[in-house]
Amino acid sequence: MPSLERWGLVAGAIAVVVVLPALNALPPGSSLRVSDFTLNLFGKFLAYAILALGIDLIWGYTGVLSLGHGVFFGLGAYAMGMHLMLEIGTQSVYGNVLPDFMVWNQVKDLPLFWQPFYSVPFTLVAVLVVPALFAYVFGFLTFRSRIRGVYFSIITQALALSTWLLFNRNAMNLGGTNGLSGFKSVFGFTLNSATTQRGLYVSTAICLCGAFLLCRWITRSPAGRVLIAIRDSENRVLFSGYSPAAFKVFVFVVSAVLAGLAGALYVPQVGIITPAKIGVLPSIEMIIWVAVGGRGTLLGPVVGALGVNWLQSLLTTHYPDLWLLVLGGLFVAVVLFFPDGVVGTAQKLIARIRPGAGAGVRQNGRPGEGHRPGEAERQTEVPHIQAR
Amino acid sequence: MAFTAAAPEGSIIYLENVTVDFDGFKALHDLNFFMDYHELRVVIGPNGAGKTTLLDVVSGKVQPAAGRVIFGKHTELVGLPENEIASLGIGRKFQTPSIFANLSVRENLELSLARPSKGVLATLRARLDAAQRARVEETLETIGLGGRGAERAGGLSHGEKQWLEIGMVIVQQAELLLVDEPVAGMTDEETTRTAELLLSIARDRAVLVIEHDMEFVRSLARRVTVLHEGSVLCEGSVDQVQQDERVREVYLGRSGSRKQAIHA
Repeated sequence: MPSLERWGLVAGAIAVVVVLPALNALPPGSSLRVSDFTLNLFGKFLAYAILALGIDLIWGYTGVLSLGHGVFFGLGAYAMGMHLMLEIGTQSVYGNVLPDFMVWNQVKDLPLFWQPFYSVPFTLVAVLVVPALFAYVFGFLTFRSRIRGVYFSIITQALALSTWLLFNRNAMNLGGTNGLSGFKSVFGFTLNSATTQRGLYVSTAICLCGAFLLCRWITRSPAGRVLIAIRDSENRVLFSGYSPAAFKVFVFVVSAVLAGLAGALYVPQVGIITPAKIGVLPSIEMIIWVAVGGRGTLLGPVVGALGVNWLQSLLTTHYPDLWLLVLGGLFVAVVLFFPDGVVGTAQKLIARIRPGAGAGVRQNGRPGEGHRPGEAERQTEVPHIQAR
Repeated sequence: MAFTAAAPEGSIIYLENVTVDFDGFKALHDLNFFMDYHELRVVIGPNGAGKTTLLDVVSGKVQPAAGRVIFGKHTELVGLPENEIASLGIGRKFQTPSIFANLSVRENLELSLARPSKGVLATLRARLDAAQRARVEETLETIGLGGRGAERAGGLSHGEKQWLEIGMVIVQQAELLLVDEPVAGMTDEETTRTAELLLSIARDRAVLVIEHDMEFVRSLARRVTVLHEGSVLCEGSVDQVQQDERVREVYLGRSGSRKQAIHA
């Protein structure tokens, strides 16, 4: 990677981790001040960016389209949410130690699976391990059976749908349709405070940088080459002595952990998690962020998650009816005209202007040139979303 | 044509009474087949004779309904997954080029290099040593792609892709190479170079080639096995095989156009 690009990343990281929260800490009235609302909004977007990085690993690099990442996001979010619910304690509306929705549902005792979430360390571990275990079992069963391409996508979509149905049920004791909300504090810090929110924002930004470095390490290692190789020709990988299933399970688990982490960071900043955030539609929206930003590059999913969500919050404030049309149009435009997304297209343009920079483009596993014969064989293995 | 079904001493691959059943169609029928170390063998036969299925069985892609497949001295291959068979030292070159289009030519070879473990964690931490680097460069020269290691593999011509895939099997340090119709779709010049390439790599290892093109088979000029309806019909030199009445019948009996194929 050219050092210019590296410095760009460092500058971006400093801007996100240090500058933005510092501007928020300025006294009210200062012209440069970033409002609490804006910072909180960005905190949510950064959490989404962590999730998008994970989707890019499995989809952009490995060519496996998962339409069920909302589930892993949800598992992390609900694990965190359950701890926050228990932290409310008797400050709740009913003044009961049980969460309010349990009081409405006339649950007398805290269900057994809620008990360990009193513990902070357990919650922090569960946020990562629950999605990981679930992804491991699910990935092991599907990838070992050599379920590929569109079939895998359909199964993950079914997973998102069934999880959504399950979490909607009151009998699950997870708050049903209303989900978990009404949190007062996180690990003892009151949520209704600008300082806590700023702390949450900084934590999210640091986690995003960590996730980015992790993904960078993976994709630049020989194992990262294997992931791209799986996308290009899974058969050849198999006959080269690698087990594609093992690599796919690995990368699926990593991406699920990132999704779980994103969910856990999302909950205290947004203050509510409901099944509506983990079903089929949100899972597809996550795919759109990555497609728009540029799959197969690490900057792409971050740019996509921030950009699309920012656009959404701008548009829904002023033209609420227009948003879904714009989102759909954006997706269609990317699929038809910019299959490499914003970052991929920009890299191609830079490579065209500065031929010497071409190597940096190709390193990310995206073709540096136009469509070559080799593209055709890739098309058969990669589940693209466009209808054919 | 001394062919016996008894386990021969020192064979690299040995198939005994192997039957492959595709819903009633016996792609291989009680097949007995073996090859010596460092042997270059060509397998021919009409369509549906079971040539590719033979490679599928050896490389683990298809599990036989009956029979044994022994690699080297004692290794039973039946039931092993493809990647483990590949790690044991059996390389497979597919009929249509199957390479990693979005990796560079060099990365294609590096990825295929033999390594003690190709598990996920070992691969995450793997680094190339000097000997491996040298091996990759040497193989680039061997397959005629020296100096083009940095190019994107997807941009190679059809023939070059075929050579790259052969190179990928070479760096796998396979003791046995399975090569399925390497010259299909190649120009005459490419065909000649491919024959040279196969002959040169066969000096260090056993190579099993499936081919239709009799001229190409003749240029390899080694022992030929004729498969018919899933069994070995006969074995011998190219001339012996072409003179064989049964072989003529098999090819001619099915369609007149085969006449040219066998006599070309």
